[in-house]
Amino acid sequence: MTMNMTSLLHIPTAFILAPLLLGIINRTKAFFAGRKGQPLLQAYYDIAKLLQKSAVYSRTTSWVFRAGPVASLAAVTTALLVVPVGGSAAPFHFSGDLIFLAYLLGVVRFFTVIAALDTGSPFEGMGASREVQFSVLAEPALLLSLAAMSLIGKIPAADSMLFQGFFASLSEIYARLTLAAWSHSGTVLLLAASAIMIVLLTENSRIPVDDPNTHLELTMIHEVMVLDHSGPDFAMILYAAALKLWIFCALLAGVLMPVRSGNFLLDTTTIIAGIFMIAIGIGVIESIMARLRLLRIPQLLSGAGVFALLAIVLVLKK
Amino acid sequence: MELWIDILIVLLILTNLKLMGSSRLSACIRVVALQGILLGILPLIAGHGQIPFRVMLLSAITIAVKGMVFPWLLLRALRTSNARREMEPFIGYSTSMLLSVGLIGLAIWMGGRLPLPVPLKSPLVVPLALFTIMTGLLAIISRRKAITQVLGYLVMENGIYAFGLTLAQKEPMLIELGTLLDVFMAVFVMGITIFHINREFDHIDTDLLTTLRD
Amino acid sequence: MILTLILLPVVAAIAMLGIRPAAVRRCLLIVVAAAHAILTACAWVNLPAPALDGWLLLDAPGLLFLGITSALFLVVSLYALGYLSREDWGKRQDFEEGFLFTNSRESVFLCCLLLFLGMMTLVTVSQHFGLIWVAVEATTLTSAPLIYFHRHRRSLEATWKYIMICSVGIALALLGNFFLAVASTLSENNHVPMLVSNLIQSAPQLHILWLKAAFLFLLVGYGTKLGLAPMHTWLPDAHSESPSVISALLSGALLNCAFLAILRVQQVCVAAGQGAFGQDLMVGFGLFSMLIAAAFILRQADFKRMLAYSSVEHVGILSLGVGIGAGAGYGAMLHAVNHSFTKGMLFLVAGNILAAYHNKSTRDIKGVLTVLPISGILWVAGFLAIIGSPPFGIFLSELTILKAALDQGQFVVAICYLLLLSIIFIGMATIVFQMSQGRPAGLPAEAATNPDSSSFLIGGESALAVIPPMILCAVILILGVYIPLPLQHVLKQAAVTIGAY
Repeated sequence: MTMNMTSLLHIPTAFILAPLLLGIINRTKAFFAGRKGQPLLQAYYDIAKLLQKSAVYSRTTSWVFRAGPVASLAAVTTALLVVPVGGSAAPFHFSGDLIFLAYLLGVVRFFTVIAALDTGSPFEGMGASREVQFSVLAEPALLLSLAAMSLIGKIPAADSMLFQGFFASLSEIYARLTLAAWSHSGTVLLLAASAIMIVLLTENSRIPVDDPNTHLELTMIHEVMVLDHSGPDFAMILYAAALKLWIFCALLAGVLMPVRSGNFLLDTTTIIAGIFMIAIGIGVIESIMARLRLLRIPQLLSGAGVFALLAIVLVLKK
Repeated sequence: MELWIDILIVLLILTNLKLMGSSRLSACIRVVALQGILLGILPLIAGHGQIPFRVMLLSAITIAVKGMVFPWLLLRALRTSNARREMEPFIGYSTSMLLSVGLIGLAIWMGGRLPLPVPLKSPLVVPLALFTIMTGLLAIISRRKAITQVLGYLVMENGIYAFGLTLAQKEPMLIELGTLLDVFMAVFVMGITIFHINREFDHIDTDLLTTLRD
Repeated sequence: MILTLILLPVVAAIAMLGIRPAAVRRCLLIVVAAAHAILTACAWVNLPAPALDGWLLLDAPGLLFLGITSALFLVVSLYALGYLSREDWGKRQDFEEGFLFTNSRESVFLCCLLLFLGMMTLVTVSQHFGLIWVAVEATTLTSAPLIYFHRHRRSLEATWKYIMICSVGIALALLGNFFLAVASTLSENNHVPMLVSNLIQSAPQLHILWLKAAFLFLLVGYGTKLGLAPMHTWLPDAHSESPSVISALLSGALLNCAFLAILRVQQVCVAAGQGAFGQDLMVGFGLFSMLIAAAFILRQADFKRMLAYSSVEHVGILSLGVGIGAGAGYGAMLHAVNHSFTKGMLFLVAGNILAAYHNKSTRDIKGVLTVLPISGILWVAGFLAIIGSPPFGIFLSELTILKAALDQGQFVVAICYLLLLSIIFIGMATIVFQMSQGRPAGLPAEAATNPDSSSFLIGGESALAVIPPMILCAVILILGVYIPLPLQHVLKQAAVTIGAY
């Protein structure tokens, strides 16, 4: 495991800018709808307001319910430590950290789900079941597309190749995604990026998988699980969700923005600009698409899996 | 160039998956039309060096026939019938998709084991052809509507065409044209038959054609 | 000369669409059929020169199957003359389910019929594998409207199955063709042309693996058209629902064309030293087809379906004959001739019975011998011929195949073959004798429509309905006793091309 001091700067950047993403998405949607929309910093206001309130706990809940938000936030923060921002390496990187990342995200989901189940509400149970069902399909798609990217530029001859490639660290993988990589395996990267995009939309409960604005329990997935949280707990959940969105946007922007100049400032700013553009993109998608029927979502996710699989096939066939 | 071949192949694979995953018949027809157009472009990109006039002509005819005439014929047949969706196929959509993914694996495995006499520009063309053929067969056996079965036949034909295109490029022009004409006539006759089936039975579910049996 | 053979029916077919008077159309049919037969006879006397750079060429197998097709077509078109004049062209009632239906237009029917002849001729004379494929698929497409002549549900269902199954099968054959093209790619810039003769010449250099794959796909593909089990499922439906004229041609001529296509590949395989690979497969398919036919002939309720399954049986025997090799190859060729004429005759007679009884049920029909004296006798004679009793031709060819199997020491195959033949014999005998003997029953309530008063009557039946099957009966009887020398010569040569004899 190696540590990278300069890139420790990524962490406070993420902490500060993550809730802004929600604001950007909302403003984009408002623009498309012809509204003025809420302020860009609305998410900050919400969190600040929630932090001033006190939490209400139902008598049926136990310590699990209270631990959920804290554990989620902690796991997301840890995950931030291994996510590279473009070419500049993450504060920590070690071989196989992409699995570590996937599991941290799994931990976030686990605590959200178990806290939801702890309330004993049938609606929350329903949401939990959906969340888990979809993530079962989303997780392999994410891992496969990261694996496909890790194989770019390797020679598919030795048997140990797969092993080596797979266990490169995320930072190494992203450092290799230069303009040259795009020109010679653009298809692979495009496929992987599309898979990651679908996973991003799923994991962050965006349209077309889930509608973050809906409050109709029957169709909700993520929102329904956090209905019972209030006050600082809910603030933590909102903040954790924003950080998670930041992580995925960073992963996607790292692929789509092949700027690897070596200049830390230039690289980082382009990637952060990319992250904001992706947020705008999400806003556009939410504006022009309708939510899919629940039955259709597994198909969308297996589509993401197929993209990732095709990417691996293409890269191995080179 | 290689990038474009890869993109084309991926798109072709995706058209197959889309065909297996969608229930709306008109969407299926459009997907197959798209596949025909992509297939028409394939020889233009996959060829070595300068493109001979013969290949350009064939591409143009392929695009015209598979990308425009067939969809038009089938959409017309669809409009006369009252079928809009493929209801309750023998194999469900999600299962079909999963099966297709399995078939991709099978096609790659088989493609890797076939010793080719001539080196190819992209090693994925043969697996793509095999996968397309298998998808076509799967569509024929797993769907009920007559139109979907014709689409399956077309997709299978597309796969065979893709195979011939890359490996048997020295086929005389006359034969290629004859083949295309035959396929065209086949779809034409099938279209007319679907029209009659719809008029006679008020549906185009082929699994309900069971008068003749032992 | 070869081009004329193909173009004559095609041009006449197009002309058919423009001719108004029915009498002229029918005359044209007979004239074209006769001219085609005369040209074919000339080709037998004097082999015509190759055309189109050797793409079209008559060799022994081609000549043999061209002869069968042309002769059968002539006889069948005579029958069609009577058939078309007896047809009721208005709306009429279906005798099985009682709904109303019409026929498709006569000009379209005759057009497709002649195109069908042209395409079958093309199959027999093509030497290029691609062209063979194009022609075989074209026979499917031109014959589909013929099956849908009576426009009702059952024939529509049969037509759909026919087009769909055969087209998919033939698509597989196209893949087989491409495999063959790969097998004949010696190096990047050195391709063997896909002509039978060129491929045979450079057979030792072909890629064996690809050649085997090609054979497999072509066998399954053209085997679908041939009606080999388990790809035969379209066959009973199409044969039972099409008009008897067409059934006779489908069984007698079309199956041979598919068989010829398979023989062409086998020729290449034999030249490449891979004959045994194909032979084993063909024995397997052959015996399985006979088994399926036997299973479905027993207690079959529809006599046209019975004949159709009998065709499955006989293509099984053809395939078995080629598979056993040696003398059986000659036997298979002879069998192709005999079966074509016998089955053609049986379907024509079946047409007469159907016209009189308005019924296809083997259980209802009784006393054919009393009601239709001449057709009845022909029906029984045809039955005796098709199950292989002497002195008819099939006896001879089946015996030749059996003898070859025993000579080769393939006792298991021989025993299965005999066993299945006897089961089919029992199955068909029960049906045919129950139908032909006894007091007349199963006749339609109103008196059968009188045959066309203008035509000649023989034994109470229209001359054009009984003379064509009588001619065919005479032919198979003669073939059982004496095989003319030129025919013997061609049969031998055809057998030699597939490495048998």
